[in-house]
Amino acid sequence: MDVLYFAWVRERIGLPREAIKTEAATVMDLVEELRAREDRYAVAFGDISALRVAVDQQLVDFDAPLSGVREVAFFPPMTGG
Amino acid sequence: MRVSVQPEPFAFGDVAEAFTAGCSASGAVVTFCGIVRDVADGLEAMEIEHYPGMTEAALITIAQEAVTRWGLEDALVIHRHGRLTPGETIMMVATAAPHRKDAFEAAEFLMDYLKSRAPFWKREVTSKGAMWVEAKSADEDALTRW
Repeated sequence: MDVLYFAWVRERIGLPREAIKTEAATVMDLVEELRAREDRYAVAFGDISALRVAVDQQLVDFDAPLSGVREVAFFPPMTGG
Repeated sequence: MRVSVQPEPFAFGDVAEAFTAGCSASGAVVTFCGIVRDVADGLEAMEIEHYPGMTEAALITIAQEAVTRWGLEDALVIHRHGRLTPGETIMMVATAAPHRKDAFEAAEFLMDYLKSRAPFWKREVTSKGAMWVEAKSADEDALTRW
């Protein structure tokens, strides 16, 4: 699936998007996999209360299932307007 | 209903006038325009990042909800992205309804929702460096009244 990062999450991880092969069942499982990869992921995902997640462009909670999902995006709370 | 996510500037007055001209059944049009504000330590630019695709979808959902809930004749949302300088327009909303209460409430609803539910992120660039703008808990709390 495609994993996208925005704002400071993008800066900390160092790239805007990547294709990831994963068997993760939920968003939280994916976060755990990413944290275990490298320090920059562990830092970006250090405090998930500071993050929001969208699955196929819909805001969801971190316990959301990933079955059939094509795109997951991680970002800080939004600051539009 | 019109939703636009764009880097280009827009002429607030012209857009408001055209929007009003298209609303013959409404006795009330409310408009709001957000402007890049200079901050104490000298803002050079406001950079706005967004999530192409999700942004448009989120704005359409929010605008449709406003039209349905307040029985609007029409609604409009324009939000810019990219690098903006102090004094430039960032975004605007417009609502048209038979009576002013609905038009005002719908405009506030649109503003409250697009502040914390539309995927935009602001970054302030000053002479001292750049910083991501942090979301305010007051913005999240504002949603509870709807």
